[in-house]
Amino acid sequence: MKLTLFAPELFLLVGSLVLFLAGSFGASGRKARAITLAVALGGLVVCISSLHAQGMLFYDTYKVDLFSQMLKLAMTAGFAAVLLFGTELKGVADDVRPEYYLFLTLSTLGLLMLVSSVDLLTVFISLELSSYSLYLLVPMRDDHSGLRIQMESAIKYILFGVVATGVMLFGMSYVFGLTGTTFLAAAVPALHAMQFSPAAVIAVALTMGGFFFKLAVFPFHFWAPDVYQGASNETTAFIASVPKVAAVALLIRIAMMTPSDSHAVVSLLALLSVCSMFYGNLVALVQTDFKRMLGFSGIAHAGYVLLGIVTLRESGYAMAVYYIIGYLAMTVAGFMVACKVSKNGENVSIADLGGLYKRSPLLAFTLAVSMFGMAGIPPFVGFMSKFLLLTEAYNAGLLWLVVLAAINTAISIYYYLSVVRVTYTSEAEDPSLLHVDGATKAVSVILVAIIIALGLLPDTVVKVASEAVKTLL
Amino acid sequence: MDFLILNDLGFPILSVLIFLPLAGGLLMLCIPGDTAAKYWALAVTLATAAISLPLYSHFDASTARYQFGEHLPWIKALDINYTLGIDGISLLLVLMTTLLMPLCVLGSWKYIDKRVKEFMFCLLVMETSMLGVFMALDFVLFYVLWEAMLIPMYLLIAIWGGPRKVYASIKFFLYTLAGSVLLLVAIIGLYVSKGTFSIPALMGQDYSTTFQMLVFLAFFLAFAIKVPMFPFHTWLPAAHVEAPTAGSVILASVLLKMGTYGFLRFCLPITPEATRYFLPYVLWLSIAGILYGGFTALAQKDMKKLIAYSSVGHMGFVTLGIFLLNQRGIEGAILQMINHGITTGALFFCVGMIYERTHSRELAVAAGVGKYMPFYVTYLAFFSLSSLAFPGTNSFVGEFLILAGSFAQNKILSACAIPGAVLAAAYMLRMLQRVIWGGTDNPDQSALTDLNLREIVTLAPLLMFVFWIGLSPEPFMDVMHASVTNLIKQTGLASNGAVTLSSLMLP
Repeated sequence: MKLTLFAPELFLLVGSLVLFLAGSFGASGRKARAITLAVALGGLVVCISSLHAQGMLFYDTYKVDLFSQMLKLAMTAGFAAVLLFGTELKGVADDVRPEYYLFLTLSTLGLLMLVSSVDLLTVFISLELSSYSLYLLVPMRDDHSGLRIQMESAIKYILFGVVATGVMLFGMSYVFGLTGTTFLAAAVPALHAMQFSPAAVIAVALTMGGFFFKLAVFPFHFWAPDVYQGASNETTAFIASVPKVAAVALLIRIAMMTPSDSHAVVSLLALLSVCSMFYGNLVALVQTDFKRMLGFSGIAHAGYVLLGIVTLRESGYAMAVYYIIGYLAMTVAGFMVACKVSKNGENVSIADLGGLYKRSPLLAFTLAVSMFGMAGIPPFVGFMSKFLLLTEAYNAGLLWLVVLAAINTAISIYYYLSVVRVTYTSEAEDPSLLHVDGATKAVSVILVAIIIALGLLPDTVVKVASEAVKTLL
Repeated sequence: MDFLILNDLGFPILSVLIFLPLAGGLLMLCIPGDTAAKYWALAVTLATAAISLPLYSHFDASTARYQFGEHLPWIKALDINYTLGIDGISLLLVLMTTLLMPLCVLGSWKYIDKRVKEFMFCLLVMETSMLGVFMALDFVLFYVLWEAMLIPMYLLIAIWGGPRKVYASIKFFLYTLAGSVLLLVAIIGLYVSKGTFSIPALMGQDYSTTFQMLVFLAFFLAFAIKVPMFPFHTWLPAAHVEAPTAGSVILASVLLKMGTYGFLRFCLPITPEATRYFLPYVLWLSIAGILYGGFTALAQKDMKKLIAYSSVGHMGFVTLGIFLLNQRGIEGAILQMINHGITTGALFFCVGMIYERTHSRELAVAAGVGKYMPFYVTYLAFFSLSSLAFPGTNSFVGEFLILAGSFAQNKILSACAIPGAVLAAAYMLRMLQRVIWGGTDNPDQSALTDLNLREIVTLAPLLMFVFWIGLSPEPFMDVMHASVTNLIKQTGLASNGAVTLSSLMLP
C-alpha cells in the first residue's frame, strides 16, 4: 500500500490529532486556529502536489484518481478560505474554539475521504465522519440573542441527517442485496446487466438520498435554511460550500450505476431538479435574513447541479463538477462578506448590508461579484457553468428541463439583485468603516479572480473535469 | 471560415476596440481624484473613437463577408470560439457607439457629482460590452457580452438615477433578463441541432419549421423587449426617466439598437421561414408601436418621458423597416437606427442640460428659455426637427426609405404608418414651442445661463451628423448595401417574391 496516495487525508488526520492534543492540554483558541490554518494551508500544498496521484488503497475500497484529487484540492481550498477570513470567529465562544477547529478539520477529513470512496462501506463511514463533526459544529454557536436557535437547528440537522442516512443505508442494502457486492466498480456492471429492474431503481434512488440531503435537494432540504440561520456565520460558510462538492462527487459515482437509458432515474432526478429550483428560488424571494436567503438559493443551485447528473453522461457529470467548483467559490465569497458585516457574530439581514460600498468597497464588490455570479450573469463563473449544464441537458434531450431552468434563472435574479442594490444604493445604519484584515482582503481578491477567471476561461477546469470523470470507475 | 476576412491591419483592431475601454477603466480605478478620472475616461473614449475610424476607411463595401476578423479558440469542449468581425450592418453601429461615448463622458462632466470614478468605470465597461455585442460572431461570446452589459447599466440607473431609481433599475434588469434567458435556450438549441455556435455558420441552414418557429419566438421575445416593441416597452420610460443623462443616451442610442440588430443578425438569416410566418404580426405590432408611442408622447409633461415614448414610436419605424424584408426597408431601418441614436441621444443631452440648470424635467419649468439660452434652443430646434424627420435632416432619409419600402410592399401598411410621422411633428413642435416661447404662465428664466463651451462641444458633432446624413447619406448607405443584399438573399425572399397584400392579413 502506498501511503503517499493517502497524503492529503493523512495530513489532515495528523493535524486533527495535534488539534486534539492541543485541546486536551488547554491550548487557547488562537493557538488552535493557528494550528488549523497551518493544517489547511499545508493540506492545500499536499493536495496540489498529489493532484496527479493514482491508485487504489485499503483493499480497493478507496480510489485515488484525478477526479478525487481535484475535488480534494477544491475542498481544502474552501476549508482554508473559511479559516483565513474567519479570523475573529465572533460567533463561537472562546472556550470551545479548540474543539470547534478540531471538528471542522475532522469534517474536512471525512469529506476528503468521501470523494475517494468507491465502496459502500467507506462511503458510509466517511460520510458519517464528516456529518457528525458538522452536527457538533452547529450548536457550538455562541448566540447572544438568547433564543438558542442554534440548538433547534442542530437538532433539525441531526434528525434529518439521521433519516437521510437511514434512507441511504436502506438503498445500499438493496444494492448489496441485488449485486452481492459493496464495491461500486463491481456493482455498476451488475446493476446495468439487470436491465434496470424496479428494485435497481429503488436501490440507486435511495442510495442517492444521503447525498441529496448533503446537497439540500428538495425534498431533503428542510435542514438547510434553519441550519444556515442557526449556525455561526463561519460554520455556515463551511456547511454551505465544502460538503456540497463531496455530495456532487458521490452523486456522480452513484449515478454511474444507472444505464443512461433508464427513464425512471432520469425522470426522478429531473423531477427533483425542477422542484429544487422552483422551491428554492421562490422561497428565497421573500427572505430577509441573508443567510437564510442563501440557504434557499442553495436549494435552487442543487437543482441546477442535478441538470448535469440527470444526463447520466460523462460530459454532463463533468459540467456538474465544474458547476459545483464555481459554486464553492461564489458561496464562500458570499458568506465571507456576511461574516465580516456581522458585528458580534449575529445573523446578517439583507438590510444590514446597506451602504457596504462605503464601509468596505472591496467587500461590497466581492459580494456583488458573488451575487451576479450566482444569478448566472456573465462574465462570472455562474453563467458559464449554468450555460454548459443547460447545453448538456439539452443535448440529452431534456428541452423542457432546460426551459424551466432558464425561467428559474430569471426568477432568481430578483433576490440576488436586491442584495446588490442594498449594498450599493442604500445607506448604512452604522456608517463606520469595516475593519478588513489582510487575510480577508487576500481571500476576497483571490475569490473574485477565481470567479471571473473560471467564468471567462473555463476550458482548463472543464477539460480536467472531463478527463477526471472518464476515470471514475 | 469563408465568411470571415481576417484582419490585416497589423493589429487586432476589433479586440483593441473591445478591451481598450475595459483596460482603461481598470487603470482608472488606480488613479486618485475625480477630476483626473473624468479626464482619463474622456481620453480613453476618445482614443477608442480614434482607433475605430480605420474601420470605416478600410472597410470593403463591395463584399458581404465579415471583415477585420479575428478567430481564437475559447472553450474547446463545446467548440466555442472568440470570433469577431463586422459587416455593413454592424459597421455603422460600432462607429456610432465609439463616437457617442466621449460625448457621454462630456455630458456627465457636471451632472455626476458623487462617486464619479465608479460612474466612469461603468461607462467604460458598458462601452466594452456594447462594442463586443456588435462584433461578436460566436453566439456564446455574443450572449456573454449581451448579458454582461446589464450589470453596468443596472448600476448606472440604480446608483446615479432619479428618485424612483430602484424601481426603474430592477424593472429594466428583470425585463431584459427575462427576455434573454429564452434566447439562451434558443442558442443552445441551435448548437445541439447543428453542432456549432458560429453565427454565420448557423445562417441559411436547413431547420424544421417547428424548430424555426420556437427559435424565432425566443429570439423575438429577447429582442422585442430590448428594442422595445409595443407592448414590451413598459420598462423603457421608467428606465429613461430615472437614468442619469449618459445612461439615457446610452440606452436610447445603443442599447435599443441591440434589439433591432438582433432581428437583423439572427431572426432574418437564421429563421427565415418563421420570420415570414410571423411577419404580419410583427409589422402590425410595429405600426401599433408607432401610433402608441406618438400618442403617448403627445400627452407627456415630462420632457424625458416625451422623448422616451417618442423612442417607442421611432423604433417602431425601425422594426417596420426590418420586417418589410426589402432592400429599401432594411437599409432605411439600419440608417434609422443610427439616426435615432444621434438624434435621441442629442435630445437626451439637451434635457440633461436643462435639468442641470432647473433640477426639473417638466416642460412647464423649462418653458420660455429661448430668450436666455439662444444656443441651447438652436440645438434643440435642429434636433427636434431631425426627430420629426424634417427634410434635410438625417431622420428624413431613414424614414423616407422605410416608408418608400413599405409603399412598395403594401399601401395599407404605409397608410397606417404615416400618422406616426404626423404625430412626431405634433409632439416635437409642441415641446419646441413651449421651450422656446413658453406660455402665459411663463416662469422667470433670466437666471439661466446659456450653454458653456463643453456643452456646445458635446452637441456639435451630433448636429454635424444630423446634417451630414440628412444632406448626403451616400457614404453611410454605401457600406451596408452588399450586406443587406446578402441578408435578403438569405431570407429567401428574393426567390419567393415580395410580401403581398394578402400575406399581410393575419392568418
